[in-house]
Amino acid sequence: MKRPPAPLLGGLTILGAMVAFAVAPGLFVPYDPLAFDFTALLAPPSWAHPFGADQFGRDLLSRSIAATAIDLQIALFATIFPGTLGTLIGLLVGWYGGIADAIFGRLVDLVVTFPFLVLVIAIVAILGPGLANMYIAVTIVGWVSYARLMRSEVMVQKNGEYVAACKVLGYSTPRILFRHILPNAIRPVLVYAVTAMALAILLGSSLGYLGLGAQPPEAEWGVLIADGKNFFTTAPWIALFPGTVIVIAGLGFSLTGDGLADLLEVKR
Amino acid sequence: MTAMLSITGITKRFPARRGLLDMIRGRPQLAVHAVEQVSLDVHKGETLGIVGESGCGKSTLARCVVRLHDPDAGAITFDGTDVLSLKGPARRSFNRRVQMVFQDPYGSLNPRMTVGDTLAEALHVHAIVPKPAIPARVRELLDLVHLPADAALRHPHEFSGGQRQRIGIARALAVEPQLIIADEPVSALDVSVQAAIVNLFMELQDRLGLTLVFITHDLRLVRHMTHRVAVMYLGRIVEIGPTAELFATPRHPYTQALIRAVPMVKPGRRGSEAAVIGELPSPLNPPPGCAFHPRCRIADVACRETIPPLHPAPWPVACLKANG
Amino acid sequence: MSAPLLEVDGLHVTFSTPRGPVHAVDGVSFSVGAGEVLGIVGESGSGKSVTLRAIPRLLHANAAVSGQVRWRGADLHAMPAEQLRKIRGGQIAVVFQEPMSALNPVLPIGLQIDEVLTAHTTLDTPARRKRATELLGLVGIASAATRLGQFPHEFSGGMRQRAMIAISLAAAPALLLADEPTTALDVTIQDQILKLLLRLVAELDMALVLVTHDLGVIAETCDRVAVMYAGRLCETGSVHDVFLRPRHAYTSALLRSMPGEGAARSMLVPIPGQPPRVDRQIPGCAFAPRCTFVEDRCATERPRLTPQGEGHAAACHAAARVAEAAS
Repeated sequence: MKRPPAPLLGGLTILGAMVAFAVAPGLFVPYDPLAFDFTALLAPPSWAHPFGADQFGRDLLSRSIAATAIDLQIALFATIFPGTLGTLIGLLVGWYGGIADAIFGRLVDLVVTFPFLVLVIAIVAILGPGLANMYIAVTIVGWVSYARLMRSEVMVQKNGEYVAACKVLGYSTPRILFRHILPNAIRPVLVYAVTAMALAILLGSSLGYLGLGAQPPEAEWGVLIADGKNFFTTAPWIALFPGTVIVIAGLGFSLTGDGLADLLEVKR
Repeated sequence: MTAMLSITGITKRFPARRGLLDMIRGRPQLAVHAVEQVSLDVHKGETLGIVGESGCGKSTLARCVVRLHDPDAGAITFDGTDVLSLKGPARRSFNRRVQMVFQDPYGSLNPRMTVGDTLAEALHVHAIVPKPAIPARVRELLDLVHLPADAALRHPHEFSGGQRQRIGIARALAVEPQLIIADEPVSALDVSVQAAIVNLFMELQDRLGLTLVFITHDLRLVRHMTHRVAVMYLGRIVEIGPTAELFATPRHPYTQALIRAVPMVKPGRRGSEAAVIGELPSPLNPPPGCAFHPRCRIADVACRETIPPLHPAPWPVACLKANG
Repeated sequence: MSAPLLEVDGLHVTFSTPRGPVHAVDGVSFSVGAGEVLGIVGESGSGKSVTLRAIPRLLHANAAVSGQVRWRGADLHAMPAEQLRKIRGGQIAVVFQEPMSALNPVLPIGLQIDEVLTAHTTLDTPARRKRATELLGLVGIASAATRLGQFPHEFSGGMRQRAMIAISLAAAPALLLADEPTTALDVTIQDQILKLLLRLVAELDMALVLVTHDLGVIAETCDRVAVMYAGRLCETGSVHDVFLRPRHAYTSALLRSMPGEGAARSMLVPIPGQPPRVDRQIPGCAFAPRCTFVEDRCATERPRLTPQGEGHAAACHAAARVAEAAS
């Protein structure tokens, strides 16, 4: 195995820090993220409060760290559910083709004609706000991207001679699909999933901002930004620092995704 | 001698892609005539060569036999069983008895599995040996194809083309088949490596009593290693007979041309005239009558109209002119 | 034979790759005269194609080329780009293995011939049209007038290679460099193309350098042959001498590994092992690890090309023993 490249290391460092913040926020937060401090209302960034404080005097660095758990959860669940569903559908559609493929094609057309965010918002609006409903909405809309990637990769792999060899050896279709084709076809999906985690955080933040995702007083980066919007002219740090954290997290996922793409490249 | 594998009247056509414009213009649906009415027997213990140029249908025929393709017409029997009607477990046990070695040593192995896992899977699925005995059997298989035991732990990309082809052969042997169909197994390899793989086939055949169908475009190899040879042209067998006799006195004009066209590794045979004129016709639209007639020097009116049947004696040849 | 048209002297090609330098061609020398067919034969990775492409400077920028390539006495690798362009495509033409990728898919064949004629001749439009028709006739393409308007995808594999040859002949070259021109073709079509090349060499008094991996193609097509292994020249001489009296252990082993006409189903004689990797310098003979004639000095001392008779040379320490074993 070759040495992992620098961008991948950078990405993994950021993700590692996020995992640490999520697992044991108590070790890193300088203040109780929910504690009001009336001596520090709207305090600007300082050594005492590096990210500043909000209108209730809550330390924003502590709140940003405490929010990591929820945002990481969003990143994982908003990709794992649609990713798994899409991968399975793509695998089957790519393998069987025919009518299944034709129906799939129309379904894809239907979903992609709607803007992603609008569709998610519409579904959450129907189901009601909250994280669980957000995951359902993202799964309903998001599986399409994974399924398309998987389908086209399976169409290539199923014509590979190693698949012909499996058939001649009398292997069952599930065995061929899951043991042989899946590991060879999954790479684009995995790479996309990691990048999609960054998008998921942005989505979660957007929904949080709109009040459709995580509900206050839970700290979530989007919710933090939403909190800061009323003070944007007087206390811009309330929105600015959580926003920067989102950018850094997104960078972490993108770098990891790129690095993973190189690492998973199959050697012939 | 009884036939182990018997192929009767196999026909396989692939519908050609037709654009919307073609449909609007009312053009008929075309089909690639890959295999047309092919019949042949494979006897136990022999090596049968199938030769021909691209589009002659030799690979399609092979893939019909191992059921990678379903032929449109005809019958295939193996040891008296109708192969084409097999389903489920019966079809799987047929697969145990007839195996295939593929052309591409790079594409025919799962790149994400170690060699050991690839072989163990075949042993496990068909329960060839009890589970605890699998690692030992994997070592035996590797030894059989002259690969070191530590090859089991490595991935395909760590091997050269010739070594990968050995792995492909070991995988086929894992399920202890009686018949192996090898589809251009050495044509992707360098000359010096080809010889080793050809030797391996002959050695395994002697040791394990295998029957071998060897498909290739290389007449030099066919001449060296087969007992009988079938020559195909545009989906049909034009001549099939004992290798030495057929090469010494080829009866079909196409066989004659093919043998003359192959450059021999002997200096001084340099001629100036091509062995046969004209292009290979498209299998989408094969010529009527004898498919070879547009390129044939001795064809006449009858050849343009009649599809020649196989004349049996002294060995089958499909040419109206062959028997006087 | 007249003075050689092309002389290659001590050609080295080194590719710089992310994993370090690759010595693709390592000191190769040969010459070709008018009306002569030289074959360069070797297995994959032997450097035969790189050698051919180095002659008209067709290699990419990551290739470092040294040595001399003299065309009618002038060094192609030292001359200005403008002068080289006139020779390349004019006096020296190249035919590639894959005509489909060498031809421009969106231009009709006629236009592609016309381009070469415009670049290298002073003919006017009707004369170029007439010449293009003649050229297609010359390479055996029937109904040339219609064919000129067709695109490469309307041609079969063999016809495409004929068209490629027609284009390469457009400027009446004195030397044709052919890189595996028949490898992608069926055997009866290969036979036609090789016979066509031989006819053209004779009729137009050209020189032809033919790169192939097929010893049979060499035996039936070439006058002289250069055998390459791991970027090095092993043996060169007339086809008759090299095939019947090989003096290099590799040539001898390669010839013996081929299935012959006699002794059906006898075991063949493969060459054990793998060709060496060329991403490191090999101190002695590159073939030593696979050689049955190997002696001590083969591992350390690189054999020099030494004469083995009239026009026959081999770079093998064991040339005498190879000769003995062959006879």
